[in-house]
Amino acid sequence: MKFNHLDYAVQIEDLTVAYDAKPVLWDIDLTIPQGKLMAIIGPNGAGKTTLLKAMLGLLIPVSGTVRFFQETENSLHKLKNKVAYVPQSGSVDWDFPATVLDIVLMGCYGRLGYIKRPGKKDRDAAVQCLRKVGMEEYASRQISQLSGGQQQRVFLARALMQTADIYFMDEPFKGVDVQTEKAIILLLKELKEAGKTVVVVHHDLQTVPEYFDWVTLINIKIIASGPVEEVFHEQNLKKAYHNSGNLLKSAV
Amino acid sequence: METIFYLLKDYTFQTVALGSAILGLLSGVLGSFAVLRKQSLLGDGVSHAALPGVVMAFVMTGSKNTEVLLLGALISGLMATLFIISIVKHSRIKFDSALALVMSVFFGLGLVLLTYVQKIPNSNQAGLKRFIFGQASTLLQRDVYFMAICGVILLALTLLFWKEFKLYIFDSEYAKSLGFPAHKLNLLLSFMIVMVIIIGLQTVGVILMSAMLIAPSVAARQWTNKLWIMVVLSALFGAISGIFGTMASSLTAKLPTGPAIVVIISCIVIISVLFAPGRGIVQKIAHRNNLKQLLKSEGGDRNVPTI
Repeated sequence: MKFNHLDYAVQIEDLTVAYDAKPVLWDIDLTIPQGKLMAIIGPNGAGKTTLLKAMLGLLIPVSGTVRFFQETENSLHKLKNKVAYVPQSGSVDWDFPATVLDIVLMGCYGRLGYIKRPGKKDRDAAVQCLRKVGMEEYASRQISQLSGGQQQRVFLARALMQTADIYFMDEPFKGVDVQTEKAIILLLKELKEAGKTVVVVHHDLQTVPEYFDWVTLINIKIIASGPVEEVFHEQNLKKAYHNSGNLLKSAV
Repeated sequence: METIFYLLKDYTFQTVALGSAILGLLSGVLGSFAVLRKQSLLGDGVSHAALPGVVMAFVMTGSKNTEVLLLGALISGLMATLFIISIVKHSRIKFDSALALVMSVFFGLGLVLLTYVQKIPNSNQAGLKRFIFGQASTLLQRDVYFMAICGVILLALTLLFWKEFKLYIFDSEYAKSLGFPAHKLNLLLSFMIVMVIIIGLQTVGVILMSAMLIAPSVAARQWTNKLWIMVVLSALFGAISGIFGTMASSLTAKLPTGPAIVVIISCIVIISVLFAPGRGIVQKIAHRNNLKQLLKSEGGDRNVPTI
């Protein structure tokens, strides 16, 4: 697949990450074009979340570089307003004393910088973001009272609050019902229409062709990366999952 | 009644009560952060780890000045905190294990040093022992000034970095992804907590200090779902128990101040856990019973609303 290399959103070169002696990611070269809705898929322990965190600079790789857009500098400090992160909703303690609006407002903390507090304008923007995920009436709700799907939507609203250019999402469909999944995917497609790049760690192989237009298969190494219709087929999947059986029932 | 009136006018009482109130207030504020980030026991660890610092300061300077001894405590408390943080950061050992490890090593070292000090002639170690159980009655006006200055600095830092602390405690990885230096925030917050503990050593001592950090914030959490109200309430609970603890110990013969403060704050915790609206146990039981009765007599709605 050829595309103009100037149009990349993220470019990864020679990325290797290891927690202990064993590498979790090995020599990753990956280019994510702008304006795509991309899924990262692979078996458990393939390094999907690690790849996401390495791109975000949340962990220090053994080697390799990650570049965003045409910036020569890959420091997140400069890019904090361009990159939004939606962590797995299970990664935090939801009994924290805060309302839904408080959490969504955290999305503008990076833009505000130190000391400055969110004002009326930010509050209005936060309510707007909540409306987009259909949680407007929950603004003053205590976060411990949310269901799993609602938590996921709140995190999504918080990322929308950043008005970023790239969105990294770690399994946004984990533990949500069909209705929420559809709502989220509609939102992601809207983001794509607006020219944003969305990278999603995904698990459900059946829905890949329906939801995404770009896909990266990984298992420690990159197995394949490209448009869904070109790389998302049985052979690549077998390579990624080390499985000889049929992984796809009807899809593709 | 008259005794209380006289007591309130007593100069020593005023000094000690003010000192305990300041300590309660500060430990209430910073204890909230410690509890919310699930590091309640940091207080226990650091205060135990301060012991070798106190003794070392005495051995090296020969002075029993509070400032000198507390400086020693501060240094060894900070060292212990740094050890804990770097163990967690660079290994797979979890926070609680790292804490237990560092705490027992430091406290053991402190006890060994204390035995050594005992053998030095002309060293009445009573002056050092007061840091183990605390002795609020030894608080001087100078000490209270020192506490007040530290308090102003700590409160100013809390206000200044309020937003960052809130973000960091709720979701540290997200804070990092926004470009905030999570590690530095962690260090700052830990150092602030260490400061409070050091301030509290003279009043309530090594062993009871962790209660001063944990109890007010646990009680405050019961009453509210807003962070700032929780912190203010926690400060209030801490200050109140500081003042009333001092009163109780002044009115009762041979009742030490530190334990009196801790007993009072524990009472506040018990009341809060039982009777607070929403999270209180009593209301939860009552609510469950009411619901049971209601469902028994009327039955539930067939169309359970879903979101």
